[in-house]
Amino acid sequence: MSFAEFLAMGGYGQFVWPAYAVTLIVLIGNVFLARASHRRAVEEALRRAARQEAGS
Amino acid sequence: MWTWFHKLASPPHFYRIAGKLTPWFGWTALLLIVAALYGGLVLAPPDYQQGDAFRIIYVHAPSAWMSLFIYVTMAVAAAIGLIWRMKLAHAVAASAAPVGASFTFAALVTGALWGQPMWGTWWVWDARLTSELILLFLYFGYMALRASIEDLQRADKASAVLAIVGVINVPIIHYSVIWWNTLHQASTVTKMGAPSISTSMLVPLLMMILGFNIYFFAVLLTRVRGEVLRRERNAGWIREGAQA
Repeated sequence: MSFAEFLAMGGYGQFVWPAYAVTLIVLIGNVFLARASHRRAVEEALRRAARQEAGS
Repeated sequence: MWTWFHKLASPPHFYRIAGKLTPWFGWTALLLIVAALYGGLVLAPPDYQQGDAFRIIYVHAPSAWMSLFIYVTMAVAAAIGLIWRMKLAHAVAASAAPVGASFTFAALVTGALWGQPMWGTWWVWDARLTSELILLFLYFGYMALRASIEDLQRADKASAVLAIVGVINVPIIHYSVIWWNTLHQASTVTKMGAPSISTSMLVPLLMMILGFNIYFFAVLLTRVRGEVLRRERNAGWIREGAQA
């Protein structure tokens, strides 16, 4: 099987590849969003801890 | 067992253990998903009826499975949070929602991309598709409700009730292809007796589903760690633990 044939997916390439692309975007997007959300929480927590230390 | 459980539920312990587990889950999931991609796109033969279009199953079915699995996870966590007033459980429920919504979206879009060449339409208002769309709105409703209530404890409680009531949609989605006449094909994997699919097609599917599940645990743990930090207003451990 040639690479062009693989890409053609028996004539269904225009449906198969977008389906895989959307799923891949969702998978990668979730990782980025989760890490960003965690990073934000860490920054907020550190700021809060610094404030508490200064106040006490 | 119970002392272990209580220890895990304590925020600093959970934070540390989750932080150690996450990379293991992440890499295992990546390995499984890459292997399943190779198996599904290259090794598996084309379907005798659907040709290569059937390969959409390897992203569609696992996404649809996750949309339900995550909803149940969310509802169970919400129920535990309500009944035992466990903050960590509420944090799990809140963290699961956006991930679940994204998989529901993926299931709907990949389903449309499969429906067009096989059924000749992107969308029909039949039982399976409509109930899956309702699932997406349940996720959105849950997230909107949480966002609209400023007080965290009240947001936890109100959204937990919504999550628990909405769980009724899960068996409806699952059995919709049996209870109603629908364009959607019946389940491939969990059919009574032997699955109606050859081994070379089935193995990548099962690997993909397992990979998606483990992937979800990694993403969920990362989000819950953030939620735990947000909920700990005055904790000295944050200083030492936060960077890790």
